[in-house]
Amino acid sequence: MPVSVQTADFDAGKEIAALYADAQDVGAVASFVGVVRQSSSSPQPSPAREEGASSLILEHYPGMTEAALAAIVTEANARWHLHKVRVIHRVGSLQIGEQIVFVGVAAAHRGEAFTACEFIMDYLKTQAPFWKKEETAAGGRWVDARDADDAAAARWS
Amino acid sequence: MMNVKVLFFGSLRERLGLASTTITLPANALTVADLRDHLTMQGAGWMALAQTKNLRAAVNQKMATMDLTIVDGDEIAFFPPVTGG
Repeated sequence: MPVSVQTADFDAGKEIAALYADAQDVGAVASFVGVVRQSSSSPQPSPAREEGASSLILEHYPGMTEAALAAIVTEANARWHLHKVRVIHRVGSLQIGEQIVFVGVAAAHRGEAFTACEFIMDYLKTQAPFWKKEETAAGGRWVDARDADDAAAARWS
Repeated sequence: MMNVKVLFFGSLRERLGLASTTITLPANALTVADLRDHLTMQGAGWMALAQTKNLRAAVNQKMATMDLTIVDGDEIAFFPPVTGG
């Protein structure tokens, strides 16, 4: 399966190696790892930041999430000639500094690997049904979507 | 008449205090917006659905616009804009 939604952590090195393990015609592997940072919310100081969010809860729509990620991979394969693609997104409770998402793309040349990797992340941000909630000492706070993410996805259409 | 399954996610689920329900609508072949309006007219408990900024929807687990037609047996989800990645 090119797509996984899981609570468990992942080994990015192993995932990258698997992308070209059986390949004769792969010349490039591009990858992206997203990490949980202090405040995932708006650029303005947020209550969560002031109070110091200590962890995130990732909610998702079981079934649709996997289908949405698979559809994004299918679209990437239609746009570029790719050898293999891997997407992993974690759900559940995550601490600051933990890995949250992995995208890896293997292709013949770096251009399509870099571009497809960025495309997948931009689409994932706006099309895959995940919702982040920051947990702080004062309680929970749902993270707002960013206009910049819509703009990033729109440039591919 | 038609029966549809309705799901809620994220802050909307939390504010409604409801993750899923089955709704009977008075007619067939309505739109996602009709379903939203039908629910928000059911009382103050549904206020969060009307108040969610940039409300998004999915029909049968695919992103959908508010003017999409829904039919008996469909699964419709309402949620705020997604924030994964």
